[in-house]
Amino acid sequence: MTKLSYAKALNRALADELARDPAVCVFGEDVGAGLSGLTPGLQARFGADRVVDTPLSEQAFTSLALGAALTGMRPVVEFQIPSLLFLVFEQIANQAHKISLMTGGQIAAPVTYVVPGSGSRDGWAGQHSDHPYSLFAHVGVKTLLPATPTDAYGLLVSAIRDPDPVVLFAPAGALGVREDVTTELAPVPIGSARIHRPGEDVTVVAAGHLVHDALAVAEELAGEISVEVFDPRSLYPFDWPALAASLARTGRLVVIDDSNRMCGLGAEVIATVAEQGHRLRALPRRITRPDGAVLPFALGLDRAVQPGRAQLRDAVRAVLS
Amino acid sequence: MTTPEAALHYRGMRLIRSFEEQALALVRSGEIVGGIHPYIGQEAVAVGVCAALRADDQLTSTHRGHGHVLAKGADPRRMLAELAGRESGLNKGRGGSMHAADLSLGILGANGIVGAGAPIAAGAAWAALRQGSDRVVATFFGDGALNQGVLLEAMNLAALWRLPVLFVCENNGYATTLAVRDGVAGSALGRAAAFGIPAQEVDGMDVAAVRAAAEQAVVRARSGAGPSFLECRTYRFEGHHTMERRVRVNYRTAEEIDSWRQRDPLELCGLDPVQRAEVDQEIAQLIAEAVRFALAGAHPDPAGALDHLYADGLRPRAGAPR
Ligand SMILES: Cc1ncc(C[n+]2csc(CCOP(=O)(O)OP(=O)(O)O)c2C)c(N)n1
Repeated sequence: MTKLSYAKALNRALADELARDPAVCVFGEDVGAGLSGLTPGLQARFGADRVVDTPLSEQAFTSLALGAALTGMRPVVEFQIPSLLFLVFEQIANQAHKISLMTGGQIAAPVTYVVPGSGSRDGWAGQHSDHPYSLFAHVGVKTLLPATPTDAYGLLVSAIRDPDPVVLFAPAGALGVREDVTTELAPVPIGSARIHRPGEDVTVVAAGHLVHDALAVAEELAGEISVEVFDPRSLYPFDWPALAASLARTGRLVVIDDSNRMCGLGAEVIATVAEQGHRLRALPRRITRPDGAVLPFALGLDRAVQPGRAQLRDAVRAVLS
Repeated sequence: MTTPEAALHYRGMRLIRSFEEQALALVRSGEIVGGIHPYIGQEAVAVGVCAALRADDQLTSTHRGHGHVLAKGADPRRMLAELAGRESGLNKGRGGSMHAADLSLGILGANGIVGAGAPIAAGAAWAALRQGSDRVVATFFGDGALNQGVLLEAMNLAALWRLPVLFVCENNGYATTLAVRDGVAGSALGRAAAFGIPAQEVDGMDVAAVRAAAEQAVVRARSGAGPSFLECRTYRFEGHHTMERRVRVNYRTAEEIDSWRQRDPLELCGLDPVQRAEVDQEIAQLIAEAVRFALAGAHPDPAGALDHLYADGLRPRAGAPR
């Protein structure tokens, strides 16, 4: 039994896939040095022509990966900071994501985009604290948000093997998570949710690092309220049947979502549940960043904008009162 | 006497010209919706560059891509069907004029975003090196793309990593209505020089000159020496887009257009009139057949509007037509 960290799990997934398939390659800034913690040792093992240090040219290397994918490679692109996705939204959403349909299915674009450190890191302020998964889910790019080391490993492996563009967000708040790994690491199917903790009174939908907050709150309330922690793992596609089954058991819903409220994941979950006609025993609640939020610098302000345990506790109590 | 190349070049240009004239007619008659960006006048660039390429070489193209796609060997019947939005089109009617692609011919796609094809070409070139192949990739773009950061980033990567890319700038004098002198500080060749990429200006109305320059660039790329840059001076005889006829913008003088028409690449290529007449007749038949093929094609079933969105068949849940 070993303690596996989240970053190490991603590193192992990359190493295993590079070893398994010669078409797999990695592009990114400082990936040779392994600055982000995802790529240490990979360049030494697989060579600088497969684990490629790029200049600071996000738009070019993002589409360069696409060009390589169209001609037989399986590139993984690492982004140092989440807001770089705004810079390359064109290359992912407008180029890679659209090419299969626009060519009438002539070609697939198997590119994986990995974003370690997505969301708030202490004191990184406005331009380094976004967690932009909702944008990609909205467009319909396959969007993954693993919460645990084993899921991080399994989802990254699936992303690399998937024939389509996939964005994997590794939340800053989850990078420190460690896990006892007792079974062999294995791929996790894209589009499959995971129930981390079964419960009877309320379903809490949480993704990424917020799963750990939800588990903590569930534990705290254990004597009083039985909380089911539902982790979609893959935000697009979303495992709606699994959520329906969970709600059939609990009849109550709280969503906690670390993105802005308007047009966010929380809104999507509640709208779909309403549309599908689930008979909830209480009005559903969502906890999100505020509308239009930009994370302020001072830690107290940063925390005030992010969804947290206290809000979740209150929301869970509220749907049961 | 004319050379066999001249006959080949003329045929390629005649095909593009006639295809474009037919497409314009179909835009006017409403069979092609959305309009097109006509390539008429610039045929020598596509034909000259593609004549220098091997069948397994690849290219990325632009919003004005018909010429490049046809010159690389696309079937004009399926291409016209694509423009008419038919299931029998190159892209099953899912791409249309600005996205026409035939991956089996190395056509990695026309592109509706100015400059966007350059890094994709660089990626395909990078993959060729990784795969131990000596294929090369040409990327076409207009003078307007010279101001897109992503093109300059791609040039840097291609030069740095010695990627087998031909950067082909079709300088037709205008980015929509903006004249080059009002849009480009410095020069096209200066952009290439900044990255240490060998660059030359080429008469883009002279197909043999374009071909000769492209052949040099291809040899260089195949030998592992890296990218080259061609600035082809050319002109589009028609408007930027077929919509231009309706909005009646005025940014080019009749004299300017006339003077360029005097240098029509089809006239300049030096094929003798008897041979020309033969080619003209052959192409006329081919285009007539393409029209029949295109208009006889079935319209795609709206229930399949989101088919091919994902390679593995996953379909969106809500809002899907099925
Ligand atoms: C990045 C981007 N900006 C604007 C547009 C709208 N647009 C389409 S074509 C065009 C002009 C392009 O000029 P140029 O690159 O010189 O090519 P040409 O049309 O002359 O062939 C513009 C502005 C676009 N498609 N992409």
